[in-house]
Amino acid sequence: MTGAEMVLKALVDQGVEVIFGYPGGAVLPLYDELFKQNRLRHVLVRHEQAAVHAAEGYARSTGKVGVVLVTSGPGATNAVTGLLDAMCDSVPLVCLTGQVPTHLIGNDAFQEADTTGITRPCTKHNYLVKDTNQVARVVHEAFYVARTGRPGPVVIDLPKDVLVGKGTYAGPAKVKHKTYRPQVKGDIKAIEEALKLMAHAKRPIFYIGGGVVNSGQAASQLLTQFVHTTGFPCTQTLMGLGGFPGSDPQSLGMVGMHGTYEANMSMHDCDVMICIGARFDDRVTGRINAFAPHAKKIHVDIDPSSINKNVAVDIAIVGDVAHVVEDMMKLWKAKQLRADDRALKAWWGQIEKWRARDCLRFGASNKVIKPQYAIQRLYELTRSRDTYITTEVGQHQMWAAQFYKFEEPGRWMTSGGLGTMGYGLPSAMGVQIAHPDSLVIDIAGEASIQMNIQEMSTLAQYRLPVKVFILNNQYMGMVRQWQELLHGGRYSESYSAALPDFVKLAEAYGAVGLKAEKVDELDGVIEQMMAVNKPVIVDCRVDPAENCFPMIPSGAAHNEMLLGPEDEAEKPISEDGMVLV
Amino acid sequence: MQTQEIRRHTISILVDNEAGVLARVIGLFSGRGYNIESLTVAEVDTREQLSRITIVTSGTLMIIEQIKAQLRRLVPVHKVSDLTIEGPSVSRELALVKVTGAGEKRVESLRIADIFRARVVDSTNESFVFEIVGATDKLDAFIRLMEPLGLMDVSRTGVVAIARGPNPI
Repeated sequence: MTGAEMVLKALVDQGVEVIFGYPGGAVLPLYDELFKQNRLRHVLVRHEQAAVHAAEGYARSTGKVGVVLVTSGPGATNAVTGLLDAMCDSVPLVCLTGQVPTHLIGNDAFQEADTTGITRPCTKHNYLVKDTNQVARVVHEAFYVARTGRPGPVVIDLPKDVLVGKGTYAGPAKVKHKTYRPQVKGDIKAIEEALKLMAHAKRPIFYIGGGVVNSGQAASQLLTQFVHTTGFPCTQTLMGLGGFPGSDPQSLGMVGMHGTYEANMSMHDCDVMICIGARFDDRVTGRINAFAPHAKKIHVDIDPSSINKNVAVDIAIVGDVAHVVEDMMKLWKAKQLRADDRALKAWWGQIEKWRARDCLRFGASNKVIKPQYAIQRLYELTRSRDTYITTEVGQHQMWAAQFYKFEEPGRWMTSGGLGTMGYGLPSAMGVQIAHPDSLVIDIAGEASIQMNIQEMSTLAQYRLPVKVFILNNQYMGMVRQWQELLHGGRYSESYSAALPDFVKLAEAYGAVGLKAEKVDELDGVIEQMMAVNKPVIVDCRVDPAENCFPMIPSGAAHNEMLLGPEDEAEKPISEDGMVLV
Repeated sequence: MQTQEIRRHTISILVDNEAGVLARVIGLFSGRGYNIESLTVAEVDTREQLSRITIVTSGTLMIIEQIKAQLRRLVPVHKVSDLTIEGPSVSRELALVKVTGAGEKRVESLRIADIFRARVVDSTNESFVFEIVGATDKLDAFIRLMEPLGLMDVSRTGVVAIARGPNPI
């Protein structure tokens, strides 16, 4: 069997159905084999970065490993942004990259790049295969590494002579990794200690993240039950949205820089914090020395390096969320533990007072479409349907996170850790491939969407009815907001000049273009968008001056939030925040 | 965990001896801004193809813990041991020290070498190369003493270390 045949056989044996890719010289043997078979579907993207984001969307909405195939040199370097994006957000991917023949490696050959060198810090692991007999083993091992433990992207660099050469195939059952065995069961002693802390808590809070979503549907169901059993409030990170039902009365919404007032105040004032599958990211913690100063902290994470990295915790439990929460639940019941009801009642009383501030309130208008209102309407009109949402990066992303509520995991795909503009459209493409009959919407900004706009062509080719909903405020809104708050309103290069006519652009790509300029047009346009069984771009013209609130300015603590434009005038942001990101 | 005191730790890492493994470890240190004071690597088990990397690093307790956790996360890493805290250990370093000169200085360098139990491994009429083995501070002291006596070149291996007693690292 040739190396190329073995790669495809190994993919089939791993249960792969779809590959996102782009051909080139070094991977021609693989494309030749793809041509001769019909078990693997290949989706031809228009840029390698998009192939990786599409595979991310596919992986995150299905729980499977996404697969990417790109050529050597520029193919591999174009994929790098996507790989790091997947690394930051723990998305399981296997990316096959072509490489020049082994005898040319190191010779600055045409389309040669040191792919394993370049991708080392942005992958969970990578391989350069130098022997055809190792191809099958490496592919199987790569899938194992990508999906177990904290998931992540794995690159397999395949020199052309290795693909053409002949060797023997080994099935997946024969491959066992020498060292890599992540711990999935949590330490029972630590769990017991955690539960004791929880039972005595006066002001507890669950703080959950993407680990819950990554752990699978069961994890999120178990966690939801456990949160209900305890009666504690639960806040979610950007990546954790959907890990706990967003419309549940115990949900406080999102935590962090643009999280809700009630979530951030509760995080600040809590006495026991139960962090599950989140990593105390700087966007969540705010100023680290003012983060939850009175709290005992419990941290459940599958990745030991996430523990005590930014914030020192009191009880660490290394393990998979589903396993740990199941044990927590069992022991809570077996030991007949109960939350301190009286304290909890008082705590909820306080939380309700914070909630009553209605921090997501915005100045409604009937003259201009407020971006928040647009998302609210989108949510109301699509919530009862089988909907998946992806986003780009910026203000629209934060408004989507604030105003769109997710009831289950895997419905929300956004670039959290890396913050990659251009993520949303290709990601939506991957979601739609996995769920052809579902409603898939990319909530976008007019700046971000142009970073991978070429994928409209892919949508056309595969008849993928993705809906691109652009909140067009003619600015890189988040950049403009920071310039307003921190740089004296000097809007350096943040105006989106010379924008295309998005309606005509959609039509040029064989899609449908719609425009909403007035408040009373909005609902009709959204209905129209959903009614079309084709890709659609909606150019929703929104208030260009709107800022995203509430906000914890950089370098501030959770209890120093800006609630809105009125606050902004009262509490000038310190210059210290300027050096932070 | 909150202590800000900077401490020096010797970390022993057992890894698969495969292409790029050292680059992974070094890349981890440079990418995350950790210090490397010394680093040694060599294959230690030819049948299993395992290498041992010994790194002397420094940082706060939280950083040291983070370094170990990050190292354990690398796929080809079998075992990470912190020899500074996991029971007593012995650590050694080897240096080759070239000293040039004549007359009284040359005699003095030989005398000091004798005190430090350094061996002469190369000699000409105007130079010696000494080989000295010992703990890092012993080597430091020897090299310092050689400075006024015509120190020309120093080549050091970096620290290798192993746990004391019958048990493996």
